[in-house]
Amino acid sequence: MTAESLVFFFLAAFAATTAVLMILERSPLVSAIYLIANFFALAALYLLLRAQLLAVLQVIVYTGAIMVLVIFVIMLLNLGDEPHPRVRLDLRTGVTVVLAAGLLAEIVIAVVTRGGGVPRVQGPPAETLGTVESMGDALFGKFLLPFEISSLLLLAAILGAVVLARRRG
Amino acid sequence: MDVPLAYYLCLSAFLFAVGAVGVLTRRNVIVVFMCIELMLNAVNLTLIAFSAYLGSIAGQALVFFVMAVAAAEAAVGLAIVISVYRNRQTVNIDEINILKW
Repeated sequence: MTAESLVFFFLAAFAATTAVLMILERSPLVSAIYLIANFFALAALYLLLRAQLLAVLQVIVYTGAIMVLVIFVIMLLNLGDEPHPRVRLDLRTGVTVVLAAGLLAEIVIAVVTRGGGVPRVQGPPAETLGTVESMGDALFGKFLLPFEISSLLLLAAILGAVVLARRRG
Repeated sequence: MDVPLAYYLCLSAFLFAVGAVGVLTRRNVIVVFMCIELMLNAVNLTLIAFSAYLGSIAGQALVFFVMAVAAAEAAVGLAIVISVYRNRQTVNIDEINILKW
């Protein structure tokens, strides 16, 4: 087993564990902390996949901006633990778990039976795939229009958030 | 790339399934929101894995846009949560049923 697969299995186990702990945790704040740990593991996996810029953006945007906003709201609303026990064994939970297990099995079977070899397509060489330079080339070249539209989306989101959260009267 | 692509896809599928369970079983709207973020990240992992194994930058560009949409969604979603909490004094989605009929 090579070093890369060791790192992968460690990060995968870490990400899977934190994800499960997150949905089992009663306190929203501790859930948020587990999710942040999960995002760090995913950022490391992105590095393993040679997506350097996105690994940095994952840490800055997700853990640095989005999760801080979530924790800020949790603390602002002063939310306590949820009253019900950790796992309720009612019909809804059972059906949900069965559906999710079915979804997982479906994807895994599809991947294992059909996901053998993927052909490589023409593109930048693997070493420079996720660098700032090649991402910049893509974003300001081929993906210029979606990039500009996403700035419009962010503007709309800022205005929407201000309008919604403003105290009326 | 010693790790087969299928491993990344299975990890991503697992994270997505866990997120789906969380969305459907948890009752705190902020936790539901965080589970949606988890599902978005699972899809991001798939996109980046395919991007790396296909040698194409398109997947990573798409992840960039998913992050922009997630940031916008976080801002608007949490503003809605604050607004609802101010009116109803609850974040339990069983009690926020004004759109239900």
